[in-house]
Amino acid sequence: MTDPQRQVIPGSGHTPDAYDIEGRDRAQTRPVIPLGQKSYDGQPRMGFFTDTTVCIGCKACEVACKEWNHVPSTLMELTGNSYDNTGDLGADSWRHVAFIEQRKPIKVAQEAGVTTPATEGDGDFRWLMSSDVCKHCTNAPCLDVCPTGSLFRTEFGTVVVQEDICNGCGYCVPACPFGVLDQREGDGRVWKCTLCYDRQSDGLEPACAQACPTDSIQYGPLDELREKANGRLEMLHEAGVDDARLYGADEEGYGMGAFFLLLDEPEVYGLPPDPEVVSRKFKSLWGSAAVAAGALAVGIATAFIGGGR
Amino acid sequence: MSEARSVSEEVRGDGQGGLRSYYGKPIIKEPTWEWQIPCYFFTGGLAGASSGLGLLADLAGNERLTRTARLAALAGAAASPVFLILDLGVPKRFYNMLRVFKPTSPMSVGTWILSVFGTSSGIVAATDVLGIFPRLGKAAETVAALLGPALSTYTAVLLADTSVPVWHEARRELPLVFAASSAASAGAAATIFTPPEGAGPARRLLIGGSALEIAVSEAMKRRLGRLAEPYEKEEAGRYEKLSTALTASGATLTVILGRERSWAATLGGALALGGAAAKRWAIFKAGFQSARDPEYTVGPQRERLESRPPAQRRTQTFERDGSAT
Repeated sequence: MTDPQRQVIPGSGHTPDAYDIEGRDRAQTRPVIPLGQKSYDGQPRMGFFTDTTVCIGCKACEVACKEWNHVPSTLMELTGNSYDNTGDLGADSWRHVAFIEQRKPIKVAQEAGVTTPATEGDGDFRWLMSSDVCKHCTNAPCLDVCPTGSLFRTEFGTVVVQEDICNGCGYCVPACPFGVLDQREGDGRVWKCTLCYDRQSDGLEPACAQACPTDSIQYGPLDELREKANGRLEMLHEAGVDDARLYGADEEGYGMGAFFLLLDEPEVYGLPPDPEVVSRKFKSLWGSAAVAAGALAVGIATAFIGGGR
Repeated sequence: MSEARSVSEEVRGDGQGGLRSYYGKPIIKEPTWEWQIPCYFFTGGLAGASSGLGLLADLAGNERLTRTARLAALAGAAASPVFLILDLGVPKRFYNMLRVFKPTSPMSVGTWILSVFGTSSGIVAATDVLGIFPRLGKAAETVAALLGPALSTYTAVLLADTSVPVWHEARRELPLVFAASSAASAGAAATIFTPPEGAGPARRLLIGGSALEIAVSEAMKRRLGRLAEPYEKEEAGRYEKLSTALTASGATLTVILGRERSWAATLGGALALGGAAAKRWAIFKAGFQSARDPEYTVGPQRERLESRPPAQRRTQTFERDGSAT
């Protein structure tokens, strides 16, 4: 299906726009999935499994993402927060590697393949690294609240912003419980990870996953990834890495399409420990507004009880 | 590194049961909305409540009050879209809001409420001024009056339908605060521009709305507990105090002298208007303050997580015996 002559080389400048690869008929290959529908024509939902136990903090994912997706460079400054000079996810950072330095006795079983480096001295130091990304949620509040339909669910079950529609209303920015989306300065629109929608359509894996040298970032059908992750967790627990836990590896809550294997509490990595699905509470959100609107109408009428003048 | 650890120690209290975070950095993003948004909350609220006031004044045969309330509704409805469009990242694409209707998006719902309300208010004013199509004018007035309360309160849903802790957790009371504040604004605007002898309902609306605005805000903060802090500190706290002071003094002045003295009606109305505007700013700023501090995001979530039976804590540590810690 893909013409090898048209294979796009990252950074070659052959893609003026990430979605606008020459010669492809988008109208035929990009069916829009209605809200609430989870898959299209047997195409499994695709996602990321980020196994932070094998992350070495090389930031190849950040670089590959920026190159492939033409994400503008971010101002280089030293934050003093370990090796993290990216800071957070945002309009111009779609992958963000977190670095956490901890004074903590290491109980690392080598056979588990955990690359957390052990120092020669007292061995009481550990370095956690994790590549964060958009979670491409099942119950995505950004998608729910977008008033233009710019955010939509793709046939891969991912959540993507259509930049030719987005008018920069900014509603998705505070809606996201993970702080993924942001407005791009000087552009006004909101940008985020597309899970390399263009590459997916051509059967390629996302740039970050392809660039990851340790397979910390794994891409594939979500069901398979979840199964794989549970196996990996079991293996780590058997090897004595009791800290290991999965974050977002099921359909509960947000139903994350990108989930993580962590070695500490989520908030240590800058992830919310137990985010509520804010945009699916129609009853309590609109119910109290209906009561308030009714009260306002009654209140105005009451003001006339003492006479119309 | 030592500096980095001191930041997390500050938040956590060095493992002594306090909260942990990633270098004290926020978990959610602050909204990108600017000054236009609280201004819109004010003008939209004013317009929504004024339309109802206008309709009832019309039915009661109070022409002066009808005229001022209609004008306030029109002015609010005219200013509102300007604020909203100015706040967009790409203002010339505002029409993309009008290409879809999404019930899951309070902003989409609100866009349509405002569009129909604004058109109706325009028709009311046009038929009134030109003296033509009186029945169309009446129909439009009814539509605007019915949509008015929705216009005044949906903006609270818009805020509550986010991950901003002090907005989302206040979803029960926020619409009522907005409704009360809108009632006070509509009463205040009509009190200012209507001679005191014809402004009885407007004064009562100002007084009732103001009292409710203060009372519900207090009840909301009491229920929110620790999440009320952002409403009470820094910039939001200053707006909150200013709002209470202006609203209380405006209502008091209106109660005492509003009926006899037109200067008191004008001043009381102006104070109450200022109080209602400051209230929206307080709520708006509190949201930013709570988004900025990871404690308000992590704290309630951690509490919720820990109140669950261990088996249901999905992100907890695994233990040998299969239970979570």
